[in-house]
Amino acid sequence: MALQAIAFYLMATVTILAGLAVVFARNPVHSVLFLITAFFSAAGLFVLMGAEFLAMLLIVVYVGAVAVLFLFVVMMLDVDFARLREGFARYLPVGGLVAGVLTIEMIMVAVNVATRGAAAGNATPQASAPDVTNAETIGRVLYTDYVYFFQAAGLVLLVAMIGAIVLTLRHKPHIKRQSVSAQTARTPKTGMKIVDIKPGEGISE
Amino acid sequence: MIGLPHYLTVAAILFTIGVFGIFVNRKNIIVILMSVELILLAVNINLVAFSVFLHDVVGQIFAMFVLTVAAAEAAVGLAILVTFFRNRGDIAVDDASMMKG
Repeated sequence: MALQAIAFYLMATVTILAGLAVVFARNPVHSVLFLITAFFSAAGLFVLMGAEFLAMLLIVVYVGAVAVLFLFVVMMLDVDFARLREGFARYLPVGGLVAGVLTIEMIMVAVNVATRGAAAGNATPQASAPDVTNAETIGRVLYTDYVYFFQAAGLVLLVAMIGAIVLTLRHKPHIKRQSVSAQTARTPKTGMKIVDIKPGEGISE
Repeated sequence: MIGLPHYLTVAAILFTIGVFGIFVNRKNIIVILMSVELILLAVNINLVAFSVFLHDVVGQIFAMFVLTVAAAEAAVGLAILVTFFRNRGDIAVDDASMMKG
């Protein structure tokens, strides 16, 4: 139990500090790296609760895909990031005040909900049904009751993929491309032209 | 004993950090997108914590859908960002009002 508490406080602290570092880092590349740290320690929290499948999903999807995408874009764009930090100090007091009030309120609500709400009686975390793994528990519900939602999620990803490709695809005008259908549709009749040249005139055009 | 209030507190703090990041980095859209990811992570922690302490697996399934939508949002958001950068040569979002129409 003590070990569990140590692990919780360690990972919670790392998550929150990394979250703060994402916001405060001067270099956006550092921000992305701290974002990865935050995701990793949040995945650790998930493991602590017993939700191993979502923890692994978090690492694969967020660290493997989303964070790398961020890193890619940050490094690809040649932007003066110092100029973008203008106004940071100006918004800091008001933003900090609002954030502090929001934090206190949300923690009060959360603690009240946790101690008096529907989950108040359940002190032990239980992420999976008895005698099955966490992944199997999720799969049993996901592929039966929520199969249409699962399909819809796939559709969302497909639309996002097509949207991202359409937005960023660009044809440069002076690049020659191979058009296979045009090549195979060519016949000797359309591909060749016989010109009857009179002696001493040459070819105009 | 680590219970539901502990996890909800972490999620609340992480959520506020995300909102705070949007407040203070108003010009830097990359950090704004990262703050949105932090907010969605806080939401996921909440969903999983409630799912685990209510002994109901549906919360974890919903967290998975949130994860899907977050990935799609990041992909489309960054694609829009790249297109905007190509058109403007800059990513300062307070100039983005030229995109009307």
